[in-house]
Amino acid sequence: MPTTEDDLATPRDATTGWTPTFTAWLIASASTLGALFFGEVMQLPTCTLCWYQRIFMFPLALILPVGLFPFDRKVVRYALPLAVGGWLVAVFHQLLVAGVIPEDIRPCTQGVPCSQTVIEWFGVLTIPLLSVVAFSLIIVLLILTHLRSSK
Amino acid sequence: MKQKTLFLGAAVLMLLVFAVATMSYRTETTQQSAQVVDRNRDRLVRMHSPALGNAQARVVIVEFLDPACETCRAFYPLVKDMMAANPEDIRLVLRYAPFHQGSEAVVAVLEAARKQGKFWPALDAVLASQAEWAPHHVAQVELVWPHLDGLGLDLEQLRADMSSPEIARIIEQDLADAQALNVRATPEFFVNGQPLPHFGYDPLKQLVDRALKDTDARQ
Repeated sequence: MPTTEDDLATPRDATTGWTPTFTAWLIASASTLGALFFGEVMQLPTCTLCWYQRIFMFPLALILPVGLFPFDRKVVRYALPLAVGGWLVAVFHQLLVAGVIPEDIRPCTQGVPCSQTVIEWFGVLTIPLLSVVAFSLIIVLLILTHLRSSK
Repeated sequence: MKQKTLFLGAAVLMLLVFAVATMSYRTETTQQSAQVVDRNRDRLVRMHSPALGNAQARVVIVEFLDPACETCRAFYPLVKDMMAANPEDIRLVLRYAPFHQGSEAVVAVLEAARKQGKFWPALDAVLASQAEWAPHHVAQVELVWPHLDGLGLDLEQLRADMSSPEIARIIEQDLADAQALNVRATPEFFVNGQPLPHFGYDPLKQLVDRALKDTDARQ
């Protein structure tokens, strides 16, 4: 996105890092609103692992803008731990759904089982998969921010 | 400057999409739930359901109730008030939706009290003392007994009746009907077969008032 080429007040190294962080924020916000839609509007039950992923995703939607205005090249330092934490939980969840992780170490047996598939779009897209994709993209974008702004 | 505009634009756009999606989802589900009830009309009232008020009343309120549910307790006097304000015109039919842990046993107490002709006094007593026998939202039937004192119930008989297969069948049927009618939370009300557009006292009152007026016009 050629958003800031003409923004002469900002040094070049900072502006090139802005776009990936902004894109990461778009993903985090869309994910947050999506999770709220599933939980609060559609009233789908939220399983334990989903709660842990929310714990990592929701703050990203709020903290990434802090790194955007004014652009802070150190945004990676405080955003990446959340993204990586969420990614780990999301991957664990996805492995659970896929059946790679065996039954006996499933952490949530009471309430809603995390292995239960609530939504499936186009035959492949489930909520845990969306979560893995979202966290992965955010991590890649944050690394991109770091590489571009530290040059 | 441009960045701020882009950011604010994106934020507003996302919130807007969220709001529109929420509204259209709500509208759609309201229509769907009305259709579900329409298809399962015969499941609203069963022969075994306890009922209060004029059998020929123009307005029938079907309430799915969980004796351990706090909101059910809060709504109970409100519904009674509505009936008192329109004597002869409103009939209340109770269905059981014991969603709380341990609540089925309390329903069995009520049904056993019914065999002794003391259903409504027992329900009053059970709801009034709910906080004492359902600590932390878990119904504990052994804590219910002291609150039934003074109703003139034969408690020994009542305990024996509680485990009758007939009562178990009633609870099973009510739970199956609740599921078929998409009752997921209690209390759930149906006024002349119509579900509430959304939960609350005012929607219930409006639906009842409209049903009273509609049937008035027809007479």
